[in-house]
Amino acid sequence: MIDVQHVTKRYGRNTALNDISFSIEKGEVVAFLGPNGAGKTTTMRILTGFMPPTTGSVKIAGFDCLEEPWEVKKHIGYLPESPPLYLELTVKEYLTFVGRIKRLGPDELQERMGITIDQTGLSEVQGRVIGHLSRGYRQRVGLAQALLHNPPVLILDEPTTGLDPNQIIEIRDLIKSLAGSHTIILSTHLLAEATAICQKVIIIHQGQIVAIDSPEQLGAKLQQAEILNLTVKQADPDFIETLGKISGVIHVSAGPAPNTFIIETQIGEDVREDVTKLVMTRGVGLLQLSTQAVSLEDVFKVLTKPKKPIN
Amino acid sequence: MNPVQTIVAKELRSFFVSPVVYVIGAIFLAVVGLLSYQSVANASNQAVRLMQLQNTNAQLNLNEMVFRPLFQSMNLILMIILPLLTMRLFAEERKLHTFELLLTSPIGVNEIVSGKFLSVVIVYAGLLSLTALIPMTLSAYATFDWNPIMLGYLALFLQGALMISIGLFASALTENQIIAAFLSFGLILGLWVLGALSTAFGDSALGHILSYVSFSEHYARLIRGLLNVKDLMYYISGMAFMWFAAHQAIDAYRWK
Repeated sequence: MIDVQHVTKRYGRNTALNDISFSIEKGEVVAFLGPNGAGKTTTMRILTGFMPPTTGSVKIAGFDCLEEPWEVKKHIGYLPESPPLYLELTVKEYLTFVGRIKRLGPDELQERMGITIDQTGLSEVQGRVIGHLSRGYRQRVGLAQALLHNPPVLILDEPTTGLDPNQIIEIRDLIKSLAGSHTIILSTHLLAEATAICQKVIIIHQGQIVAIDSPEQLGAKLQQAEILNLTVKQADPDFIETLGKISGVIHVSAGPAPNTFIIETQIGEDVREDVTKLVMTRGVGLLQLSTQAVSLEDVFKVLTKPKKPIN
Repeated sequence: MNPVQTIVAKELRSFFVSPVVYVIGAIFLAVVGLLSYQSVANASNQAVRLMQLQNTNAQLNLNEMVFRPLFQSMNLILMIILPLLTMRLFAEERKLHTFELLLTSPIGVNEIVSGKFLSVVIVYAGLLSLTALIPMTLSAYATFDWNPIMLGYLALFLQGALMISIGLFASALTENQIIAAFLSFGLILGLWVLGALSTAFGDSALGHILSYVSFSEHYARLIRGLLNVKDLMYYISGMAFMWFAAHQAIDAYRWK
């Protein structure tokens, strides 16, 4: 559905994107992940045909972005980082305008407008002026604008920034409900978001792709140690040392609270049984023993550690 | 609705929900009204003086006494007022990021530029037609030749449309509306000053070029009642050039 080959974008002497290639299948939900300034917005603007790449080719639904920009534009719904709203219009006027410039016929426009307003939960505010709406509603109007012409590809630049937790959940549910029938690319710097809604994560850093994989796989790849969290009732002074003597344990450190311990073990070694036995024989009173999965946060930190700058 | 009509309809809607058009329109009409009162009063004073002097029924040419100075000063008011109408056209789209919506929709830059241009021309034509009340009222009390007045209005229309196209270009260059307004004001003022400058070079080639590039002489000829293809061509080619420049400015913004 989306095929990006060797795309480079330079602003003057500044290289914003350096030889990026990836492809996305129909119906996939993919997240661009990266710190601010990594090149996420630039990539999205190139995909939407807003700006051309310096070199490289982009194909969307089989159409080349430079050769057939009109076809590409018809196949894409785009929500920029700040929703593109005319504040003086009402929601309905605005969507009518958008539908017309997206080349929907009058009947089609009426039909799609009803569906989109329902989907995005805008029916209560459809007669109100956009400038008077709250941030959450404005974001929804922005999303409605991207959905209106029912494009097979949706490109959403940080769709949940600046929303409150309830609104974030609503928008995420909406995106999830669109998955399958639409190919969706969204950018975020929230790792939880990528894990929650995406099947694939593309990590961009300093204009380059540093990883493409599913959130789980990325975690597994980078996992060098497994971590156990242990909480006991009352620890002996030398308890921490005896823990360290269990075979397979690399390192034990005291946790943030008293009587909690963080146990790092070699990968593939399950020491939970041995730990339990030790706790029992010492009689310190087991309160909690749990494994800690390596989070995407950790993956992200490892992958985007400052490297030498790109030339 | 074709895309140009869609843009025009949206722009007109945006114009009339904002107070800017009403304020600018009110100022324009009030100033034009006062100026016309002043030139009519002036003309009647002169008529009285002439009658006392010659003790005859002197015939004054109202076209020359009233309308030509009025059209001349309306030109100056347009220079100040039209940049305020055009400043938001593209600057606001850039500021509010709605430009991203327009440029990622299946609609051409030429259609966007044409739609924006036409919408302000329509607003301006509306304002201008309201000032037609002045000659209409005057015709109840005096007789004068309507033809030069029609031509004067054509001149005002073309002059305003040219200024609007300049403002369109200026607005495409920046996301700051104030800068856009001053830029178009500066460009229009520059074109005007070129006309004054041309007299300094007299009959030389440079003098001719300067006087052709400036609108002063073209406008002066039209409001004097002289219809000339060369003058019409000046306005049309000027607008076409500015339209093209605005188009280029938008492309440059995307390709930068």
